[in-house]
Amino acid sequence: MSKTLFDKVWDSHVVHRIENGPDVLFIDRHLVHEVTSPVAFLGLKNRGIPVLYPERTFATADHNTPTRNQHLPVKDPLSANQLKALEENAHRHGIPYWGLGHEKNGIVHVIGPENGITVPGATIVCGDSHTSTHGAFGAIAFGIGTSEVEMVLATQCIMQPKPKSMRITIDGVLSEGVTPKDVALFIISRLSTSGATGYFVEYAGEVFRNMSMEGRMTVCNLSIEMGARGGMIAPDDKTFDYVKGREYAPKGAAWDRAMAYWKTLHSEPGATFDREVSFDGDEIEPMITYGTNPGMGMGISGAIPRAESLEGGVATYKKSLAYMDFQEGEAMLGKKIDFVFLGSCTNGRIEDFRAFARVVKGRKKAPHVTAWLVPGSHKVEAAIREEGILDILEKAGFELREPGCSACLAMNDDKIPAGKYAVSTSNRNFEGRQGPGARTLLASPLVAAAAAVTGKVTDPRELLVSELV
Amino acid sequence: MAYDKFTVLKSTAVPLPIENVDTDQIIPARFLKATEREGFGENLFRDWRYNPDGSPKEHFVLNNPRYQGQILVGGKNFGSGSSREHAAWAIYDYGFRCVVSSFFADIFRNNCLNIGVLPVQVSAGFLENIFQAIEADPGAVLEVDLPNQRITLTDSGLSESFEINGYKKQNMLNGFDDIDYLLNMKAEIETFATRLPH
Ligand code: SF4
Repeated sequence: MSKTLFDKVWDSHVVHRIENGPDVLFIDRHLVHEVTSPVAFLGLKNRGIPVLYPERTFATADHNTPTRNQHLPVKDPLSANQLKALEENAHRHGIPYWGLGHEKNGIVHVIGPENGITVPGATIVCGDSHTSTHGAFGAIAFGIGTSEVEMVLATQCIMQPKPKSMRITIDGVLSEGVTPKDVALFIISRLSTSGATGYFVEYAGEVFRNMSMEGRMTVCNLSIEMGARGGMIAPDDKTFDYVKGREYAPKGAAWDRAMAYWKTLHSEPGATFDREVSFDGDEIEPMITYGTNPGMGMGISGAIPRAESLEGGVATYKKSLAYMDFQEGEAMLGKKIDFVFLGSCTNGRIEDFRAFARVVKGRKKAPHVTAWLVPGSHKVEAAIREEGILDILEKAGFELREPGCSACLAMNDDKIPAGKYAVSTSNRNFEGRQGPGARTLLASPLVAAAAAVTGKVTDPRELLVSELV
Repeated sequence: MAYDKFTVLKSTAVPLPIENVDTDQIIPARFLKATEREGFGENLFRDWRYNPDGSPKEHFVLNNPRYQGQILVGGKNFGSGSSREHAAWAIYDYGFRCVVSSFFADIFRNNCLNIGVLPVQVSAGFLENIFQAIEADPGAVLEVDLPNQRITLTDSGLSESFEINGYKKQNMLNGFDDIDYLLNMKAEIETFATRLPH
């Protein structure tokens, strides 16, 4: 039978099949951070066992870390305690640890690809749901819970029933001002936040083929927001070029062997999927969310849908709009905003900063807007400096912070105050996600930049046009 | 981590008829800073349950003494969002052993099964029956029978069967976890690893 890309990678990692049960799946790479690992390491200690393959395990500090003054001791005692626990656990078990200030430090899903830990055909897990990011390389990557973190540390395996497969095909050409983030928000708005639950998604078609690796990472990152276990894209020359030469990527003869294998990683022409969905890329507009889940998104020039136009869940829908203090049928354009957050593993890579800079160049930050610009890693930060982007940002009145998850989940001090509106390039607009009572509008770096300079929800295409004339 | 065996649970239930309850609501990120697994129940549904000054919000169901029990009944797409297992811990630590909904997010369902909380997925219609029964009488008792995979509203006798993976069912019935199973396979895993391309 013709296999899908997903089948090929999954089947080659099955150590054992349990009848009427899950598969025992071998995990090539395990990424660890401070928040979801301490209890897992405690579990190992209680069982008196070591980490089975420390060389397949990588640890970074990102979730609760401050984005300013990282050279100083972390003030919050609970965060400091988690960071210390991770450092000690990594040290005890011989795991590479990239703590605050380390040149390889950054958000776990940004540093994996950057350092060549993420490679095609691999299985990758991490105790963070946006592990799906790594699927951009043709890897099977998904988020796991802490019991599973302990499981992978102890046995390098995980027990999972094989998910169903879905292919999302988008052909056509994206219009100016439409970014990979918009493509993802568009898909989620069509499928809903549970539309892909139980599935592993493959993204196919012209739109994804034409996308940069950064863009593919943004799309795969957001797979989880439609309920999917993960998403992946078949590797191609762009993928191989990106991986080549990175520190942990295979070298020499090992590279040649890997390439021979990687080139086989695509869905066969006759392969069947449990579900196929397709959209037209030309139809997609810059997107923005208006509610409290990522499925509540719309084209930026549209109007907030009326409850009666939805299928079911009217009470939940109204509760969500009440939280946002928005009305049905209103336009989003022109709404005043208070905060802008550029960053996270969704949009904290160099391409995102380039896009942001493109809009703010020669303009000024709106005086009432507080903007947090947080690179995904020190490598991203270095590129921002080298490419002259920092200069553009500073001239426009912005400052750059130090890497970390920051306002994506607001575990550190970067919290949006209650009742305030933030245009955020992160991935979740849940109630309180960015701070108790915070109101989040998810959007692309272009939309975030347009909001940052105008102080309100603005179609970035207007600013891009004026840039051309 | 080992947990108590789950066989048949008879209990009143706490209703939460809200859809898309995400794990950020179940346990907000700022409470994820522990390095131990205790005490998460106190912060279960923190921002729905308490005002910023720490006083309880009167209208939230967990603050209403009429509703008690070891079963939490939630709206569709329960547990979406962040993979934090802390959400399942908070539910367990608060005293729930079973969550009923018409649809669960994947990772949440797995996390529950891994720590001894039984996720029971019922039809939308049956979920509605449960909500109505509890509304009519907060003392309404539900019986969750894992060996027979059946959930029953004991007063009316209305019942429905539910699915659970056979392997996970055995684990729940015996209070075992996956790590015990995998540790027994260590030699096989190590041989397998030598054959992999990366
Ligand atoms: S940036 Fe947000 S989603 Fe990404 S790893 Fe950090 S907390 Fe998770």
